[in-house]
Amino acid sequence: MPQHIRQQPIKQNTTADVLVLGGGPAGAWAAWNAARNGARVILADKGYLGTSGATAPGGTTLLVIPPVAELREQAVTARLRAGGYLSENAWIHRVLDQVERNLELVEQWGYPFRKDETGRPLRTHLHGPEYMKLMRRVVRKAGVKIWDQSPALELLHDRHGVGGARGVNRLTGEAWEVRANAVVIATGGCAFLSKGLGCNVLTGEGLLMAAEAGAELSGMEFSRQYAPSFAGGTVTRGRMLAWATLYDGAGRPLLRGDRIFGSIPELLSKGPVYASLDLADTPEKREFLRRAHPIFFMPLERAGIDPFQGKFPLTLRYEGTMRGTGGLRLTGADCSTSVPGLYAAGDAASREKVTGAISGGGAYNASWAICSGSWAGEGAAHFALSSARTADSRGLTAAGRYGLQAGSDQPHAFEAKPLITAVQREVLPLEINYFRSESGVGGALERLDALLPELGGVIPPTVQGIVQSREAAALLMAGRWIYTAALFRKETRGLAHLAEYPQLDPRQTHRIILSGTARVNIRTESVPHARELRVPEEGRAII
Amino acid sequence: MIEVISAARCVECNQCVAVCPTNVFDRVEGGIPMIARQKDCQTCFMCELYCPVDALYVAPDSEGVAGVTEAELERSGLIGGYREKVGWGKGRQPVASHEYMIKLAARAGF
Repeated sequence: MPQHIRQQPIKQNTTADVLVLGGGPAGAWAAWNAARNGARVILADKGYLGTSGATAPGGTTLLVIPPVAELREQAVTARLRAGGYLSENAWIHRVLDQVERNLELVEQWGYPFRKDETGRPLRTHLHGPEYMKLMRRVVRKAGVKIWDQSPALELLHDRHGVGGARGVNRLTGEAWEVRANAVVIATGGCAFLSKGLGCNVLTGEGLLMAAEAGAELSGMEFSRQYAPSFAGGTVTRGRMLAWATLYDGAGRPLLRGDRIFGSIPELLSKGPVYASLDLADTPEKREFLRRAHPIFFMPLERAGIDPFQGKFPLTLRYEGTMRGTGGLRLTGADCSTSVPGLYAAGDAASREKVTGAISGGGAYNASWAICSGSWAGEGAAHFALSSARTADSRGLTAAGRYGLQAGSDQPHAFEAKPLITAVQREVLPLEINYFRSESGVGGALERLDALLPELGGVIPPTVQGIVQSREAAALLMAGRWIYTAALFRKETRGLAHLAEYPQLDPRQTHRIILSGTARVNIRTESVPHARELRVPEEGRAII
Repeated sequence: MIEVISAARCVECNQCVAVCPTNVFDRVEGGIPMIARQKDCQTCFMCELYCPVDALYVAPDSEGVAGVTEAELERSGLIGGYREKVGWGKGRQPVASHEYMIKLAARAGF
């Protein structure tokens, strides 16, 4: 096992039309659609297309609304209001149209959707392992070269835009370089290694790579989502708590059934919270739940807990930009970004166009991944195939800077693990990041800024060292972007909140756009529906 | 986190090495894979699902090593249990095709 690498030459050196980074749903759809549009495609994933990312180990409910004008209008209007008027109706309609077509394909490809009594397939839910196993097969059949265990580390670019990426194969230790005129970033959100189900691969390198190449970010302040999980496990599936009573340490009931956003953080800030699924009060209901959701019950069973009769301790796992809405700013309907040749899809892209200021969690993000992936793949294919020059004739250079060998400019060794812990200390705690205040967030941002010099250290010459250093750099940058945007939005809107500004301010009905890495630039961008915002009675916050 | 690779069951296909999203396993020439980076395990259970012979066991806790042994798992019958529940493997019905999934989504109202 070649664990030690010393400035080794690039072993795998090739060209493609489109390079897709990330092998979750968005990356899979992007690769498939780029290939279908005639492009030669390579998909490189840090892990494995089929198991990687937030969707694969669990499952996902989909945003699907029948093509009835009235129903769709209703949904779009409700989202516009709930999302603080930052969503765009036209984009939600696009998603609803597109997801329907793509789910038809998923069924044709062999996904076993159940049918109702009339024989109509119920395409409202996808089981993660099954869905992603299918997508792997489909993507491969479309002619895409799948590179598993091959994290990208940095983009290649020239004055015309991006032109590929470099990375490393974690199993062989070999460095790789792909020259491609279009790159799709589908690396997911950034969840700060908080051990939510399947989320530890979501460490933000895609955002960092893109920002180093000049891409902008949008909506990073909408990132206050924490998911409840059994404290002795990783399964962040809060929907089961619809059948739960929550108890305090003394066994007194606190809440029953449906929760409101924020109730668990409030309760946990006062003391331990336990859940019991005692609202499932018949053997039939229990059996139904157990069978329907094995990933929720299996860990409890292995821990020797009967969740229906007994109680289990709850914790909250930070979901960062994954169940938040921030990410790379999209500039076109084809999911292009502000950098030519660079496209973004899924949770790596800002989802504000469809979710506004509130969480894209669950249904919205799942349908968004399918649609934005398809659009980005098609857009990237068209861009690459109409490029005047071939990627291998371009004078491309590496765009990466932080947490890389080439960026080392100081004598100290880069120690990824302590740096990651230091970032987590500022980003994970509820008291800083959920209960946000100017002073709390401001202090955390200063401490994160003070960690920047660490990024100049010498990278350990091992595969793990190389990958983790880049992850650590990305986590630090993502934390700084989140807090920079959080402090700039001096109001409360959706997932953005500062204690000093508990109300929605109609004058801030705009997006917050960031660019840059060590130095972050901020600007605002207007949104199409800002004028429709009617200030609710006494300016009450929309949450 | 990942606790056990059963030497008795493992067929050295190295599928777990290939599919682990966080690169926890190392291939070993002429032997069963080894758990090389246990602390990087994110406790997603995907290696269990992809193991064709139910040779792996992931304990629910992602923070500490539980130290369960193969003998205990054989006694309790927990090894391989997840694949059975998900309905992967010969002669099983995948949970994806089961009406439970749909009903659950409808009831939860998400």
